Amino acid sequence: MKLTIQVNEGPYQHQSADSAYYFAKAALEKGHEIYRIFFYHDGVNNGTRLTTPPQDDRNIVARWSELAQQHDLDMVLCVAAAQRRGIVDDGEAERNGKDATNIAPGFRISGLGQLIEGGVQSDRLVVFGD
Amino acid sequence: MAEETKKFMYINRKAPYGTIYAWEALEVVLIGAAFEQDVSVAFMDDGVYQLAKGQDTSGIGMKNFSPTYAALGDFEITKIYVEKESLEERGLTLDDLQHLVWEDEDEDWAEKDSIRLVSRAELGEVLAGQDVLFNF
Amino acid sequence: MSMLHLVNKSPYENNNLSTASSIMQGGDELLLIEDGVYGAVKAGKASAMLEGCTVSVMGPDLAARGISEDKLADGVNVIDYNGFVELVEKNDKVQSWL
Repeated sequence: MKLTIQVNEGPYQHQSADSAYYFAKAALEKGHEIYRIFFYHDGVNNGTRLTTPPQDDRNIVARWSELAQQHDLDMVLCVAAAQRRGIVDDGEAERNGKDATNIAPGFRISGLGQLIEGGVQSDRLVVFGD
Repeated sequence: MAEETKKFMYINRKAPYGTIYAWEALEVVLIGAAFEQDVSVAFMDDGVYQLAKGQDTSGIGMKNFSPTYAALGDFEITKIYVEKESLEERGLTLDDLQHLVWEDEDEDWAEKDSIRLVSRAELGEVLAGQDVLFNF
Repeated sequence: MSMLHLVNKSPYENNNLSTASSIMQGGDELLLIEDGVYGAVKAGKASAMLEGCTVSVMGPDLAARGISEDKLADGVNVIDYNGFVELVEKNDKVQSWL
């Protein structure tokens, strides 16, 4: 089965980022294909490398980055949502004149069309949110 | 070979302004219109408030995005389902909502209503017939 | 054609479970995750909404909230993330009642 996963909430505030992660991990371990993970609304905050959780807590952002590296995942932060919330990669920094970037490894910033395309190309869309 | 057309349904269940979900959901619907899928949009529970007439955001410093719903017809989004029970529960009728229309090219651009008032049971059947369900 | 309905909020917080359970079609399945698991507790008023529905609940979410399986409404299946994936595969679409 080919899956697209949509994550609508940021890390720590809601369990949805955790549920989406464990669901993705289980799906991959069962041999399913994850076509894309699309982060929308506050979900784009899953992709900032500046997150510094206490040592005895899970590192949600690093966990995503590792999963992406292990399985060559396509993890997309919605550009409009990311701009509103200050998630910046090199391209966005240059375009919008920002003096820093904060995108975490394994993530990329792209348009909402990537979500729609995920819906078109996948057998299932699973949405995690508030 | 043409790509398979899927039935896409965007489900709106949240009120506007208090949270950003309604506005960002509308952005997805507008972008999605370019993908030539078979698109429907549903408004139920607090989502029906998104279509309320007379929204004026000048006092809260936010963009009033409600006029955009009236443009959905221009994006060939012509199937807008509004759930009857959700309206009734909130003391609303269709007259409290914007009048949304589309122009039918096949009938000399005749103006037709986009909103389909459906019961929860009917909406359940509509959802069952979809391929992909977007939620925000 | 069947649908997997996901509910992740307590039925004592909002109407997501009520909407989901009243719109489900024959053959659909309901999965309670996160705070949604509170809806599966037999002694709670909201468990009446589960009657006639095929219901699963996430075991890890139950355990985290201190709910033992013997407190659940009759017929509720307790699953893990593998079971979640299997339900997504078994039903041909997923509706998240957010």
